[in-house]
Amino acid sequence: MVSTSALDFRIPSDLAQIEAIVAQVVHRCRECRFDARQLSLNVPVALTEAIANAMLRGNGEDAAKEVRIRAEVSEARLVVEVEDEGQGFDLDACCDDPTTPENLEREDGRGLFLMRTLMDEVVQVEGSSNVVRLTLRRR
Amino acid sequence: MTLDANLHGDVLVIALHGQLIVGNRQALKQRVLDDIEAGTRKVVVDFGNTGYIDSSGLGVLVSLAKRLRELGGDLRLANLNADLRTLFELTKLDSLFQIADSREQALASF
Repeated sequence: MVSTSALDFRIPSDLAQIEAIVAQVVHRCRECRFDARQLSLNVPVALTEAIANAMLRGNGEDAAKEVRIRAEVSEARLVVEVEDEGQGFDLDACCDDPTTPENLEREDGRGLFLMRTLMDEVVQVEGSSNVVRLTLRRR
Repeated sequence: MTLDANLHGDVLVIALHGQLIVGNRQALKQRVLDDIEAGTRKVVVDFGNTGYIDSSGLGVLVSLAKRLRELGGDLRLANLNADLRTLFELTKLDSLFQIADSREQALASF
């Protein structure tokens, strides 16, 4: 039987809090025996991007607005939902490729690309355009 | 993340301790911009004690390298672990930066 454990955080839009949340999710993934590369690269980078996006773009850097992070971890997969208090956006409309020559020297524009590259799936939760769900299968 | 900065001749070497991410990237950016203002044109960032970088951290490195190149200098990277090298490859930023295996190699490359 595969047991699943859940984490649920509500934090203000404070960028300094991201690293501690990420560390707790990584710790839970380690307990579920995720691959070393997933623990050191995929999970921390993709989750940092998702939470930062929620704070900076979703909540417009308004410290009074919260971000909720719900993570379900099992020996099969990690599923994280990151919810902000913004108006939502169309995830599928954000598809600029930061690796093209014209975009390579841009300072921004790599966050969603990294999320999509490092996770198995990145989607908006149906009916909730301000909730992004990231899924990573354990290797 | 904390950083140690030391001059080796005319090269500023910045050693990072911890992750370079959205919550702290401004500390690195401001430190290097201050040194550029004071005349520094050659910079090495040593990632020997860094586990991962996010897109904001990558963006700061791109921005600083661009500024230094405009002034005739450069920003070079050293001591990247396998994860960091993967990040630079995925984003194709490995084509934008000189990446050395060690701090000494990075210093010698100037």
